[in-house]
Amino acid sequence: MADDDDAAADRLRDRVAAFLGQHDPHGDRIEFLRARFDAGLAWVHYPVGLGGLGAPRHLQPVVDAAFVLAGAPDNQPRRNSIGIGMAAPTLLRHGTPDQHHRFLRPLWTGEEIWCQLFSEPGAGSDLAGVTTRAVRDGDDWVVTGQKVWTSMAHRARWAILLARTDPELPKHRGMTYFVCDLSGPGVEVRPLRQLTGEAEFNEVFLTDVRLPDSLRLGAVGEGWQVARTTLMNERVSIGGAPMPREGGMIGLLTRTWRDRADLRTPGRHDEILRLWVRAEAARLTALRLRQQLVAGEPGPEGSAVKLSFAGLAQAISGTEVELLGADGLRHDDWSLRRSTEPDLLGRGATYRYLRARGNSIEGGTSEILRNIIAERVLGLPAEPRVDR
Amino acid sequence: MTNLRYDETEEALRESVRALLRAHSPWSAVLARVDGVESYDPGLWRRLGTDLGLAGLAVPEALGGAGAGFREVAVVLEELGRAVAPVPYLGHAVAVRALLTCVETDLLGEVATGERIAVLAVPFATPPGPPEPTVVGGGDLTGTIVGVADALPADLLLVPATDGLYLVEADGPGVSRVPVVSLDATRQLCDIVLDGAPGRRIAAGHAAVGAVTDALTAGAALLAAEQVGVAQWCLDTTVEYVKQRHQFGRPVGSFQAVKHRLADVWVSVTEARAVARYAADCLANDSVDTPVAAALAQAYCGDVAVTAAQECVQLHGGIGFTWEHPAHLYLKRAKSAAIGFGTADRHRAKLAILADLPG
Repeated sequence: MADDDDAAADRLRDRVAAFLGQHDPHGDRIEFLRARFDAGLAWVHYPVGLGGLGAPRHLQPVVDAAFVLAGAPDNQPRRNSIGIGMAAPTLLRHGTPDQHHRFLRPLWTGEEIWCQLFSEPGAGSDLAGVTTRAVRDGDDWVVTGQKVWTSMAHRARWAILLARTDPELPKHRGMTYFVCDLSGPGVEVRPLRQLTGEAEFNEVFLTDVRLPDSLRLGAVGEGWQVARTTLMNERVSIGGAPMPREGGMIGLLTRTWRDRADLRTPGRHDEILRLWVRAEAARLTALRLRQQLVAGEPGPEGSAVKLSFAGLAQAISGTEVELLGADGLRHDDWSLRRSTEPDLLGRGATYRYLRARGNSIEGGTSEILRNIIAERVLGLPAEPRVDR
Repeated sequence: MTNLRYDETEEALRESVRALLRAHSPWSAVLARVDGVESYDPGLWRRLGTDLGLAGLAVPEALGGAGAGFREVAVVLEELGRAVAPVPYLGHAVAVRALLTCVETDLLGEVATGERIAVLAVPFATPPGPPEPTVVGGGDLTGTIVGVADALPADLLLVPATDGLYLVEADGPGVSRVPVVSLDATRQLCDIVLDGAPGRRIAAGHAAVGAVTDALTAGAALLAAEQVGVAQWCLDTTVEYVKQRHQFGRPVGSFQAVKHRLADVWVSVTEARAVARYAADCLANDSVDTPVAAALAQAYCGDVAVTAAQECVQLHGGIGFTWEHPAHLYLKRAKSAAIGFGTADRHRAKLAILADLPG
């Protein structure tokens, strides 16, 4: 297995070298990225013709590293994280060939940014409660409703959209999944200011938005099944990157501790050490998960990583604000910024403390995550519910 | 490169140990034994240590061992923790680490076959670090060592004394072992009283300090694997119970208050496993990070096992509080192990130095 992988990695490096021989990495950025996609070197585990080579997923870093080494431009994945992390795998799995060819290349190159129109004021963790309606009108669907917590919507061209197409059916049925054109009439995007003062997210108001049936993803009424593909990929994409010791938020706290001897107290010392230990345990768990994924043994540890990451970020940032004492009373900036990508480590300690409140809410609340662990990992029975 | 997974050989080893324990040391047998004078199970040790060849897992083949390493020893300890098995495997493994450091090649042969059980004669609560001997050396040894784990069934005692590390026959003249009524009856402690006991010095000065320190570090790292096994049993058993037990017309395990607590236990056991694997991997590869990994393991895994055992008792309700249910064996093992090789706060203090986080 390992030998096969080594050989496959060598072949991929040869392919990248041949590609670089024909395409100047220092020329036009978009042209270069388009050519890379067409050569199957965008995401190697995607099928031939759709940016990939049908190769094992864990060989992607080999390709990425070879391009980085050549000084080639990347596709700035953090600027289109929903497109790459959630829309693309859902399109690949449930889309038609026409949809594949229309959407995947500009998505990967970053020419078209994507966002996600799932959550609503009345449907957060209980996502199957969406009430945005899509009504059939000839070859079109007419969509009306309100979405919320939509990151990237102010920059996105396209959205993945979950809407109700049959209100008579119980709530997990009667939903349909669409690709929504945000440039069309009837779409209004408003910044949603959050407790940090900035607006990473948006509210999106849809009023009689017309979508051709060709933008439907999956069968009518099967939207929940399609959405599950998206949500599975959401949880995988959070907190998966390997970090060195003290590489995350704990590193900021320990730096303050080392730099500021004047702030140290015995009680705080033990608290810092406890957090250091927890951070190291979470880091090693993420590393172990990654090693298992590389070996083709996906496990449920991703849920543990996300839950720990949220709890730790909150505990560490809270401790840091208190450790700073008088300085912890001061904040850098309350202005309404429109950030383009999440910045969980940037800015000051008070910002991190406030932003970390969102870590246990976004991408599934910690409470919902515990339910998922209890039911899907431990096999415990569901609580009785009245909505099915 | 660090490897935190289990490979196929390790999984096969786990299966064979688990099968053996299922057949020869079910919890009912362990429970029956702890009501006796001595809980140690010599028959189980023979099957495990000698027949399966696990006593010498970490001893090189050239010296009579199985030529595996401490990653494999850790896998065995996970299963022994899972079964709260009353065998001196941990103590023996720690002694093997000391003997390997001392290059005691003659001795390692008989220790590797499991024919002779060796233990490092230090209090079980000793954190890793330079030894503080309570025994006066100079040939015949005199002094008392209190609260030693796994020493009752031992044949050989490795005794840190004021002038080096000595080898003492456990049944020899001038040696008495006084059993202690122990919190963990599946790992009984004893006090060792030496009164002019003849010993052979196998290391002196820095070499002796190094051997004992290495062994204690190994103990802290390996104990974490046992703690993972204890915690995993507590989690699995509790999950099964709350699926079956009905109250208010539905399974107890369908209540969110119960589910969330078990989800949290699962998360911490998952993390403890990664931490313990890291410690075992560092130990096996003589990594420079071994002292950090061992301290981290005991700063984290002990509490995970205690919490899992406490939740096990609690979520079993009334039956969890009875002697007839095995939950208490795990609670006692977990709480004792949280003190073994140093409590978590001592390991955090050590990490403060190792990670440059001064107080």
